[in-house]
Amino acid sequence: MDMTTTDIADARLVKVIDSRIDAAVAIQFKDTLRAVTQGGPHRVVLDLSDVTFIDSSGLGAVVAGMKLLNGDHVLELACLTPVVAKVFKLTRMDTVFKIHADVAAAFPPAQAS
Amino acid sequence: MIETASHANAFTIRCLSDTFEVRHSLQALIDDMEGRNFLPEERGTVELVLAEVLNNIAEHAYEERGDGAIALDATYIPGGMTFALVDDGKPMPDGQTPLGMPANLDVEVNDLPEGGFGWFLIGELARDLVYERRDTQNHLSFRMILGEG
Repeated sequence: MDMTTTDIADARLVKVIDSRIDAAVAIQFKDTLRAVTQGGPHRVVLDLSDVTFIDSSGLGAVVAGMKLLNGDHVLELACLTPVVAKVFKLTRMDTVFKIHADVAAAFPPAQAS
Repeated sequence: MIETASHANAFTIRCLSDTFEVRHSLQALIDDMEGRNFLPEERGTVELVLAEVLNNIAEHAYEERGDGAIALDATYIPGGMTFALVDDGKPMPDGQTPLGMPANLDVEVNDLPEGGFGWFLIGELARDLVYERRDTQNHLSFRMILGEG
């Protein structure tokens, strides 16, 4: 499970490089997410644009990741592809996570003062 | 030992309940669907339901043994597909497929469910789900509506 990180303003953007979050990589997903967010900014935005498939184990891993970070961090999601969006919607997990249509929506330009 | 075959209106899979075999034979079916011009989202939905069903067979019917036989016959019908799966593993608890209930999400973050989504997703996406225990085999069949946006 590969993830890249970019710090934007007060947040860390974490991009999942794999195309699948399923039973085979669920544990790796949690461990990697913990490693790349440790000691980083409070707000974490997970970019799922490369992830075209998630199953119930993968969904469980994303929820577990949210719990793992809870307290030190807040986990938001961005760029859900159609099948991933369908899984979140059917399980109503789309009501639990803050979900952004794309990375730009997650980082709106600062208001001019 | 993966055997897959593409027919005029069907795709058949014979494989073992091993993670690698399940994943690769499922990919062969998804590729077959691609060749028949199913859209990415339709292929993804079929892959999701079959991944849940096959993982369930591997984890529960065969208790992660990895060497149990799985037969999957997928048939292309107007407006969708039908699926028939047979395995020689343990029967479903209480002789029926678990009721997939929507999870209670009105809880603190740390109490959110991390599992139990599988049968719920199958129930939401599959139609006419029938499970039968015949002698020493599990027979599961269902239909999926595809191609209606």
